[in-house]
Amino acid sequence: MTVVLQVSEPGLFTTVQDLGRPGAMSAGVQSGGAMDRFAHSAANLLVGNDPGNATLECTFSGPHLVAEHACLIAITGADFDPRVNGAPTPAWTSVFLSAGDSLTFNGRRAGARVYIAVAGGIEADRWLGSLSTNVMAARGGKQGRSLKAGDTLSAAGEPRRPAVSGRHLPQQLRPEYGDHTLQAIPGPHSKRLNPEGRRLLFESSYRVSRDADRMGYRLEGPQLNTTGDELLSFGLVPGAVQVPHGGQPILLMADHQTAGGYPVVATVISASLPVAAQLLPGDEARFGEIPLESAQRMRKALESALASLR
Amino acid sequence: MPPPRSTPRLRIQPLGDTALLAELGTRLDTALNTRAIALAAALKKRRDVRQAIAGYASVTVQFDPDLATHDSLAAAIKRLAAKHPPMAEPGRLHRIPVIYDGPDLQEVAERLKLSPEKIVEVHTRPIYRVFLVGFVPGWAYLGPLPEELEVPRRHVPRTRVPAGSVAIAGRQTGIYPLPTPGGWHLIGRTTVKLYLPDSDPPCLFRAGDRVKFFAIQP
Repeated sequence: MTVVLQVSEPGLFTTVQDLGRPGAMSAGVQSGGAMDRFAHSAANLLVGNDPGNATLECTFSGPHLVAEHACLIAITGADFDPRVNGAPTPAWTSVFLSAGDSLTFNGRRAGARVYIAVAGGIEADRWLGSLSTNVMAARGGKQGRSLKAGDTLSAAGEPRRPAVSGRHLPQQLRPEYGDHTLQAIPGPHSKRLNPEGRRLLFESSYRVSRDADRMGYRLEGPQLNTTGDELLSFGLVPGAVQVPHGGQPILLMADHQTAGGYPVVATVISASLPVAAQLLPGDEARFGEIPLESAQRMRKALESALASLR
Repeated sequence: MPPPRSTPRLRIQPLGDTALLAELGTRLDTALNTRAIALAAALKKRRDVRQAIAGYASVTVQFDPDLATHDSLAAAIKRLAAKHPPMAEPGRLHRIPVIYDGPDLQEVAERLKLSPEKIVEVHTRPIYRVFLVGFVPGWAYLGPLPEELEVPRRHVPRTRVPAGSVAIAGRQTGIYPLPTPGGWHLIGRTTVKLYLPDSDPPCLFRAGDRVKFFAIQP
């Protein structure tokens, strides 16, 4: 395996992610995978990979990487002001790095998570069918942990399609990251909210608390009171909005627990999960109630955008 | 052809745009759980299903939205749920040693107006069923817990519960396999490893297994 990139500085929390291990959920193992599946898949497609190849997910700050060999990369997701040898380099675009080139990030300007794809995909530990890092289990990715200085990254193979620089995904084809409305469909236990609770859920603003990570975000805002007996635990999905006894909702994200017993009052639709993945503690978001047909239209629009890169 | 057996309590509802929750009932019941496990297994075989997870009395189905709709999958679930489940085999029996010195034991005892010794006696009495493996790697929901020990979950979940903690909530009991957040009452601890990361499946208990606790001194 050829080393393509050296990790000079890892950034705050940079992990290897792919599309996760849904098959392991029946053993209680989180499905995991990239938080922003759109940005992850787009980065892969821009460099000629399959959407399921592994990328780097960089949270809050970017790493400093040095190219060991010439390689094709793409940077997507949040805007951390990417630089090659100090000069601004375009995001959502495939770019060749030459041996010795230095990729850095000047600082966060918008969003929470940057994705970096390398042609051929990033090589990492495979666990239960996926290369995704599961930090809790200390498996997958780079020895089950976030990157650290001195790590080396290799390409897993040859990209599916020829390496071409300058492939680009225009802004109008990306999710509307600037609009923090998370479109949602009322959940199986929405009737456990009284009409006032349902109005509060969809009409007020919630702040992402400091307790926000790859498992989920605790939200702060108007208290939602649910009624009814305790529920028997059931399988959960990313985007589910749980309401524990305290009445402050929790939005489940990629590393969410596989099952739980708190009422699910709404589920954020798949097309809004990339927007949710780019929220940080302190960000304000609101839930929008959307009909199923509109959710399907939004999902198809994002899929067509990705298909335009194939 | 005779009409399929009716399942009056079946409720199928969307979980977002690419998943459904099919609830077979609301009781903590071995027969319902057996049906849920069989339904999940049948759904997993379908091309349009990405993942099906059995809960206590429900199945959560994530589907491929290019191959199925909520309506087409709901129809398939109704058809499959009407079939008789296969005969349940008695699961493997695990005997688990527990040191009953959990941080919530005293509080639970006061709340239930029982002595800590009585709680230990009642908790070690039944053979519990593994209703489902989920929540976090290796966690198994065990039950039914005797009614005498029924307490609701904590109002504010702990942000970190030590691995090996033996806990109760509602009519359920379980063991935290990893240090995780959790809202159950901690009554004891065990050194048995439930999460086996280098095995596949990476957990000791499987849905349908049986578990018996016994008390040991620290």
